[in-house]
Amino acid sequence: MSGSLDSVRLRTPAAAVKSGRWGILHSTRSRSLLLVATCVALLLLSGGSMFVGSGSIAPDAVIGALMSGGSDTDSILVTDYRVPRTLLGVVVGVALGLAGALMQAITRNPLADPGILGVNSGAYFAVVLGITVFGASGVTSYVWWAFAGAILTTVAVFLVGSRGRAGATPVRLVLAGVAIGAVLSGISLGITLLNPDTFDRIRFWSVGSLQSRQIDILWGVLPFIVLGTLVALVLSRTLNVVALGDDLAKSLGAHVMRTRVFGLVAITLLCGAATAAVGPISFLGLMAPYVARAMFGPDQRWVVPFTLVIAPVIFLGADMLGRVAVSSELPVGIVTAFVGAPILIVIIRRKQARPL
Amino acid sequence: MSAVILPAGTRVLRLAGGRLSLRVDRRGTVVVLALTGFVLGLAALAVTLGEYPLTLGQIVGAFAGTESDGVRRIVVDGRLPRIVMAAVAGAALALSGAIFQSMTRNPLGSPDIIGFTTGAYTGALLVTLVVGGNYIAQAWGALAGGLAAAILVYVLAYTRGVQGFRLIVVGIAVSAMLHAVNGWLILRARLEEALAAATWGAGSFNEVGWRETVPVLVAVAVLVPLLVVFARPLALLEMGDDAARSLGVRPEVTRGILLVVGVALVAAITAAAGPISFVALAAPQLARRLARSAGVSLLPSAAMGAALLLASDVLAQRLLAPTQLPVGVITVCVGGVYLVALLISQARRQ
Repeated sequence: MSGSLDSVRLRTPAAAVKSGRWGILHSTRSRSLLLVATCVALLLLSGGSMFVGSGSIAPDAVIGALMSGGSDTDSILVTDYRVPRTLLGVVVGVALGLAGALMQAITRNPLADPGILGVNSGAYFAVVLGITVFGASGVTSYVWWAFAGAILTTVAVFLVGSRGRAGATPVRLVLAGVAIGAVLSGISLGITLLNPDTFDRIRFWSVGSLQSRQIDILWGVLPFIVLGTLVALVLSRTLNVVALGDDLAKSLGAHVMRTRVFGLVAITLLCGAATAAVGPISFLGLMAPYVARAMFGPDQRWVVPFTLVIAPVIFLGADMLGRVAVSSELPVGIVTAFVGAPILIVIIRRKQARPL
Repeated sequence: MSAVILPAGTRVLRLAGGRLSLRVDRRGTVVVLALTGFVLGLAALAVTLGEYPLTLGQIVGAFAGTESDGVRRIVVDGRLPRIVMAAVAGAALALSGAIFQSMTRNPLGSPDIIGFTTGAYTGALLVTLVVGGNYIAQAWGALAGGLAAAILVYVLAYTRGVQGFRLIVVGIAVSAMLHAVNGWLILRARLEEALAAATWGAGSFNEVGWRETVPVLVAVAVLVPLLVVFARPLALLEMGDDAARSLGVRPEVTRGILLVVGVALVAAITAAAGPISFVALAAPQLARRLARSAGVSLLPSAAMGAALLLASDVLAQRLLAPTQLPVGVITVCVGGVYLVALLISQARRQ
């Protein structure tokens, strides 16, 4: 069943040394410099995000609103919409990037993404169910449905993917994710087609957008994302050993199963909260760790922290691009798909489908 | 001629004094016959079911001309084209899937994966929502969109030859971009238009009559013989390009032709009924397991596809009757459950 999918695995540190394909940066000094530079870029982008929008607000008005508040329309637009939107963009970017890095490390599959493990579909399905059966309305109530859906799907995917003595191999996990995701989106489609009202409401959530998200959504998802981020950072050391393969990792004394379980907990927290807040976003979880590995090589102690900074940079950049590209605003989910998919194609072309 | 060692359960049928010989796999033949019987039985059942239940006697009467004109119209113009369409479309999709899986040497290879399905949806959405075309224009839009997506995927996956795995991943990437475009188009449309487009996008036989069925039958009649002829070197290709080349097969030419035929086959179905997912993915593998054959084989796949899609359509009609579900909703559930079941059964065997 697995065949050629099996051959796509993350380069292990050992294999990378042998093939001489470390990342671009070698010395600790240049790596630290890049990390700091990316942090600065994130700060600059966050600042810039205050000044960009579909309605044009004069820069000094923006600064005035940020400094002293104010009750005119422009000030309210800045403090109640642009500020929460930017903060949420950073938080969701961190969450999705880290979730992608964890997924790729745990499944040893460089192509893993929240979309592939079915988490987006699970969240989407739960929101459809919430709207249709339980009359949920408004993003604040979608949050909890999406969260529940993401958790249940991740657990289901893991249970199906890890049955049998062989356990959760990369290929089986991905296949389980694809299969369960397909069933859930099929049922969601059936429900929405039979309920035009649900269809109308969900189509605005389902593309993935930061538009008109206010501060309450940020507070709603922040605790989960903080918790997930902490777990991910703690795990990053063990992930290096897990990348060597189950047998070798076990013989080196790593608790492979425990790492996987905690990894999945973190993935669920991060993906569920992010998807709940902004809708399904694809490819950010694929892109950010890819860029990190290209820069730093396969060492997860560098990949995880760098992903943490580069992911919100990409995400905020994509959101700002969407705000100015089209007069009626392009949802950020569409921009990330258009930026991320070509990167996926580049990966697969450059490595000529050999193990990455 | 030296003696050839045949796999177990295989017989050689020699006709015309040995000039024409045919290798027959016993289990495969039984599977094909059983599935064909199942399809015929299901078709007979499907004709009797509906808003206006009929008996088998009435059906026979309708064909013989002894029943009333109303009954005749329900059977011949209403239910028959839909049943024929479901069976033929299922077989065609499965054949296409069998080719893609054999070509990519991967059970996940299918026209859904190489971006055709999503591309067809994008084409149809552009025509209906942006240009504002009618049914015919929508069919052509789907065709153009699907072909453009397939060509794009093939070109992007091409670097000194096309590898199966790269084709699949590039297909996933292009599909994702098109999926985003589709979401945006639906977002910007008025609700009724968006809903109609989404129903079409799920894949549905609800509006199928002879007007849609006849072109599909013609396309299948032209394409399937082509496919059978060019699929012969496929078994050699499964051993790898180098081995196949040394046996006289030109891998790129064979793959190129088969890609065109496979896509054209799906295109005909998609233009008529919308993108129906997962039949092309699941049917060849289910057939392979039933027939216990080493690779994907065409005839059992086609029979399995017909059975699968006809059964799905009967379910789509009757599950929430009188509400009619799009058949694509059923096939995606069936296909997904099949994949999950496959994973679980494999785990148990280990």
